[in-house]
Amino acid sequence: MSTEEQTERLLKAWETPRGWRYWSAVNNSEVGLWYTLTAFAFFLFGGVLALIMRIQLAVPDNNWLTPDQYNQIFTMHGSVMMFLFAVPILEAISIMLLPEMMGARDLPFPRLSAYGFWCFLIGGIFVCGSLFFGVGPRGGWFMYPPMTTEYQTGVGPDIWLLGLSFIEVASIAAAVELIVGALKCRPPGMRLNLIPLYAWYILVVAVMILFAFPPLIAGDLLMELERALDWPFFDADRGGDPMLWQHLFWIFGHPEVYIVFLPSIALVAMIVPTFAKTPMAGYGWIVLAAVGTGFLSFGLWVHHMFTTGLPGITIGIFSAASEAVAIPTGVQIFCFIATLLIGRVTKSVCLLFVLAGLATFIIGGLTGVMVAIAPFDYQAHDTYFIVGHLHYVLVGGTIFPIVAGFYYYYPFVTGKQLSERLGTLAFWLMLIGFNVAFFPMHLSGLWGMPRRVYTYPGGMGFDLPNLISSGGAFVLGAGFVVLLWDVLRPKGKQPLVKRNLWNAGTLEWSGQVPDKPWGIRSIPIITTRYPLWEQENLLTDIDEGKFYLPDAEEGLRETMVTSTVDAEPMQCLRVPGPTFLTMFAALFTGGVFIFSTYHWWIAAGISGLLSFGTIVTWLWTGTALIPEKATKDVGRGLTLPTYVSGPSAVGWWAMFITMLGDMTAFVSLVFGYFFYWTVHDTFPPTEFDGRSVAGPGVFWPLATIGLSVIAWGSVIAARHLNRRDRPVGFYLSLTVSVTSAGLAAASLFWGPYANGMDPTHHVYSASVCVLVLWTIVHLVVGVVMLLYCGARRLAGRMDATHDADIVNVTLYWHFLVLTVAMTGCVIGLFPLVA
Amino acid sequence: MMTGSIRKHDESRPKPIRDRLWWVVSAPSLWALHFLACYITAAIWCEKASHPEQMSFLYALITGYSVVALVGIAAVGWLSYRNFRRGDPPLPYDFDDPQDRTHFIGFTTFLLAALSGIATLFTVLVFVLVGTCD
Repeated sequence: MSTEEQTERLLKAWETPRGWRYWSAVNNSEVGLWYTLTAFAFFLFGGVLALIMRIQLAVPDNNWLTPDQYNQIFTMHGSVMMFLFAVPILEAISIMLLPEMMGARDLPFPRLSAYGFWCFLIGGIFVCGSLFFGVGPRGGWFMYPPMTTEYQTGVGPDIWLLGLSFIEVASIAAAVELIVGALKCRPPGMRLNLIPLYAWYILVVAVMILFAFPPLIAGDLLMELERALDWPFFDADRGGDPMLWQHLFWIFGHPEVYIVFLPSIALVAMIVPTFAKTPMAGYGWIVLAAVGTGFLSFGLWVHHMFTTGLPGITIGIFSAASEAVAIPTGVQIFCFIATLLIGRVTKSVCLLFVLAGLATFIIGGLTGVMVAIAPFDYQAHDTYFIVGHLHYVLVGGTIFPIVAGFYYYYPFVTGKQLSERLGTLAFWLMLIGFNVAFFPMHLSGLWGMPRRVYTYPGGMGFDLPNLISSGGAFVLGAGFVVLLWDVLRPKGKQPLVKRNLWNAGTLEWSGQVPDKPWGIRSIPIITTRYPLWEQENLLTDIDEGKFYLPDAEEGLRETMVTSTVDAEPMQCLRVPGPTFLTMFAALFTGGVFIFSTYHWWIAAGISGLLSFGTIVTWLWTGTALIPEKATKDVGRGLTLPTYVSGPSAVGWWAMFITMLGDMTAFVSLVFGYFFYWTVHDTFPPTEFDGRSVAGPGVFWPLATIGLSVIAWGSVIAARHLNRRDRPVGFYLSLTVSVTSAGLAAASLFWGPYANGMDPTHHVYSASVCVLVLWTIVHLVVGVVMLLYCGARRLAGRMDATHDADIVNVTLYWHFLVLTVAMTGCVIGLFPLVA
Repeated sequence: MMTGSIRKHDESRPKPIRDRLWWVVSAPSLWALHFLACYITAAIWCEKASHPEQMSFLYALITGYSVVALVGIAAVGWLSYRNFRRGDPPLPYDFDDPQDRTHFIGFTTFLLAALSGIATLFTVLVFVLVGTCD
């Protein structure tokens, strides 16, 4: 077989679909690009909203916007920038870049990325569209109850809750994809000490998403239950407490700041060595900064709640952690500065934006240290000082580095270069415009101007700073118009750039110009941190197919799975190709959320069934397929298995990671139960509003635990029996577990039902019922998974050696039995000791 | 330049704990547990204790948590320090070499242990300096 023929076959396998089928693509290059452009479009939309606000605030006593319009616009500005731009853009860029940085052909679950993208697009349009019908959410991007529960009767809060919950699903999908990608899809030889710094940051951020987003999803669930079914979680009249929402929101909301900051600083970590022409100084220190910030950022959420009357000690604990996080955040900035000092720096627009980002972020970070001190925060809270602070942090820490990334990676995507001349103009417009817009806000804030007001009276000292801010905002906007023009202007006559334009050292620049759809011609052996600088003849050897998987003899898309720490080859992974299934699955899943917003329950139910059918079809036809041969020669004398199950398999990791997120959401609900216990003198109450408050009793919750343990044991037995190829025993065990799980769900329901619990009566009843609801839904999903495994074996798609389905389902059941045990103990036993 | 001898992953070769990925996050995890324990205990104490102003029992609990956490973090730090000093592979530690990997994990874990130790002391200081539910 000649090299040319191998090249042809490889190209054929990875060919991008053409015509209208282009939209069925699932490859990381296409999905990453769509994701980036969509997120950028939402950014421009959010930016226009900001300019509208600045017009309104330019002069005192302005009535250009009504208070209601202003409330919708500032709510949407924050929500769009955070949920539809900042988080998705990092996922978008990572989906596009991460496989290329690691010499992988694709991420391990391309269809999951595509599903995430379509969810994001549909949810984003739904949420933004509400503004044009005058029904947008009005409660701020933090949606505090009781304002959003008692005082806003329209669908605005529901659009926010359901629309953004839907998008959060997409974020968690991307997190699963990126964690498994960074840990398992590295090229052979790329041990932990050689990973590109970008991948370290993304790994940390993806894990943070996994623990930060679920509390918000839990909060969304509680608030939607209150709005739709009158379960009083945040209604103080019936024992509820709006403070729980604040806790759940900020347990998400503060790590969120670092979730959007770290990936952008990761771009800086890739750009700085290239333009300093030297490896990054302090690799280990930067990993310290990434991991350390990731952890500490979870200890800061209460600093958004300093003025809510919490105990002094609580405030102190969170104030101290807020100061401590400055240490790792500062360390990485010193590393960047050190690298620039020891290197031979070349001037470029990318570097200008990097430097602007660092300087701006440092200013925002320092004002952050100021507001982390509680007494200062008491004064500055809810004033324009905070608006100034957060924009310095987010624009300096996120926007400027992303713009730098646009200039840096534009040639990587298109083969053309953005204009340095226009870039310099955009840079100065943005830098000057930004500082003119946001610096005066610190002053107007200190002079007493509150946030979120649609206008202000003249003569209080706010007139001039607001006028200056509005002027600066338009200069900043002009900078983005220049950038947009530079990105969109036709470049047909412009020659293609040379390969590795910036002379960078990392693997993503190994692509040819114009790039081929295969990701990389052959998967190389990596022995250094900057392989393009330090490994001789690497590009030639990659191009000549001298490394792994240079061919696609079966016409399938393949990439390599390696071990977590040392990147030793483990599997030749077949990844699925183009399909419209993911788009349809997202459309139908979106239908569930969108129809539910308007309480069109029948339509939502039908959409849910269609979504379920589509996802099952997707899984049935595209996952855990039995390969035509057990092993494959991947080149250089290395033979790898084509099918693995258990902890070696990427699917097992995806299940494990998803369930960590799922458990986090569940623990957030349990936290809610105990939160109410701490704020009430008597919890559970014996009587409320003239009626006795019923509980679920002890027997039925404990019976549920017993039945679930039987079901769980049977699942484990089924896995063993399948592996020993004993079909009768397997089906029998499966039947026992399905029956026991069904009885467990019924028993869990029966306790509260038979005792006459009314979830609308008191927050205790609602807290028990939400745990019961969550657990029953999980039991039902567990049963569906078992039936799926039975069907797979019956259809010959699962056997004794190809058992990934039942192994992954067993893993789900480990988490499920833990969920049931916790629910049973909390609702059944805790009242005895409370 | 290392040539990078690639061999297939062998599950039967167990890695020592200090060469595993989760070892890197062990010290910050101790910080997180200590932080949560202190926060939850103080929150329950301030809301539920019959005499929240008499804080000696709370202080005893916090001292207990802190000793356990700091000893744990110090142990992780010390083991990691030995790990990255031992053998002392040639600079600059950025090649495809098991020694370089061990050095990296040891060094990063040591730094994270130092950061976690400082952050834990920050939490302890709050109890020393604030010491009130008001």
